[in-house]
Amino acid sequence: MSGRQLLVERIRDGTVIDHIPAGRALIVLRILGITGREGLRVAVVMNVESRKLGRKDIVKIENRHLSPEEVNKIALVAPTATINIVRGYEVVEKRKVELPETLENVLRCTNPTCITRKPREPVKPRFRLVSRRPVRLQCIYCGSIIDERDVLEQLVSGSG
Amino acid sequence: MRAWQGRDVISILDFTRDELEQLFAAAEEMEEKLSRGKPPRLLEGRIVALAFFEPSTRTRLSFEAAVKRLGGETIGFSGEEATSLAKGENLADTIRMLDSYADLIVMRHRYEGAALYAAEIAEHPLINAGDGRQHHPTQAMLDLYTVRKLFGTVDGLVYGVLGDLRYGRAASSFILSLTLYRPSKVYLISPRLLRVRPEVRMVLEESGVRFVETESLEEVLPELDVLYVTRIQRERFPDPQEYEKVRGSYRVTLDLLERLAKPDLKVLHPLPRVDEIDYRVDGSRYAAYFLQARLGVPVRMALVSLVLGVWP
Repeated sequence: MSGRQLLVERIRDGTVIDHIPAGRALIVLRILGITGREGLRVAVVMNVESRKLGRKDIVKIENRHLSPEEVNKIALVAPTATINIVRGYEVVEKRKVELPETLENVLRCTNPTCITRKPREPVKPRFRLVSRRPVRLQCIYCGSIIDERDVLEQLVSGSG
Repeated sequence: MRAWQGRDVISILDFTRDELEQLFAAAEEMEEKLSRGKPPRLLEGRIVALAFFEPSTRTRLSFEAAVKRLGGETIGFSGEEATSLAKGENLADTIRMLDSYADLIVMRHRYEGAALYAAEIAEHPLINAGDGRQHHPTQAMLDLYTVRKLFGTVDGLVYGVLGDLRYGRAASSFILSLTLYRPSKVYLISPRLLRVRPEVRMVLEESGVRFVETESLEEVLPELDVLYVTRIQRERFPDPQEYEKVRGSYRVTLDLLERLAKPDLKVLHPLPRVDEIDYRVDGSRYAAYFLQARLGVPVRMALVSLVLGVWP
């Protein structure tokens, strides 16, 4: 971000999600359930230059850390993202998000006659990773393949 | 090679070619013993639960015959009964109950993935006798066995799979089963709407099997060694006129076969058929579907014996 820098204050404690594909910062916030009404200090930077991605988004959230489940969800919509954990203004940990080989209880199967959609059955939807980019996942139960569009639809509408 | 004993049978892809050959060797012996009227009483004292949440005639009766020929007993239900039996009970509870009564569960259900889910719950082995449109592994086993019996091999032949390749579980399972072998070519013959599902195409692509999707039976018929016919259901078509058109063009008649097919072509069908194969084909050299249905019993005898660990 050298040269024509967009100024955003550093955060003291919290999480910086960097290298989000341009235009997806708001989706990341939606996934984390951040609406702005929580009172957290949040900075959203969109469509800034990135050496790696050309353009990217960044989200900074103060006093909020991510659960492994949230990290998995972010990996689904922003596979390039890096997560920086900040304590006392210092980045104490830097992680790349990575989609696990199997994903449990994060997404719903899109097939209405999949056993995981049957009411009153104690079965958790499980997906096997078929491809990382573009994201393609296969339901372990019914075999259906879901793609990035399905994933976005679910995560953004909050029904996942 | 994994041992057969205690294994669940969910998808035909759970098995290797070598394992299937082991099954077929056992089926051959069962066939021979059946023909001599002396099937071994391997299942004496064993109970097999036949849980058909969706109605079935052929598959259920052939499992029942297989178990009884081997001296075992069956308990279970089918279709309508299942609905009243369930009375709001979920599948998980029904499976737990059956698991406590029987040594093996054979199950059909209209939801895809129901068999895998039930197998995760049951401690005894579970055989999938059809889960929605997804898998019908025991049908694929007897289909392969039939081809092997007719041609002495599954490899090197040209196959045509005709009909509803999208929603038909028998067709899907047969196509998947061919990826375990080395067919010369597989023609997938269907209307555009009813082409194989993406996950089946993915397996085909990864397998390296040569396959071609086409809408025309007539064009490819002269090349085929095996024509696997399945039914196209009216309800799959939004437009009834379109259905009528498709039905007509995929009808297998004796005239069509005599005009275009190789003399050694064999026609298979998982049955029941409605009118997709003309009755005049039945007595011809091409018809192999009644043999196929008959072989369901020895193949299932072999399968149940292997899974229950009473064979060899």
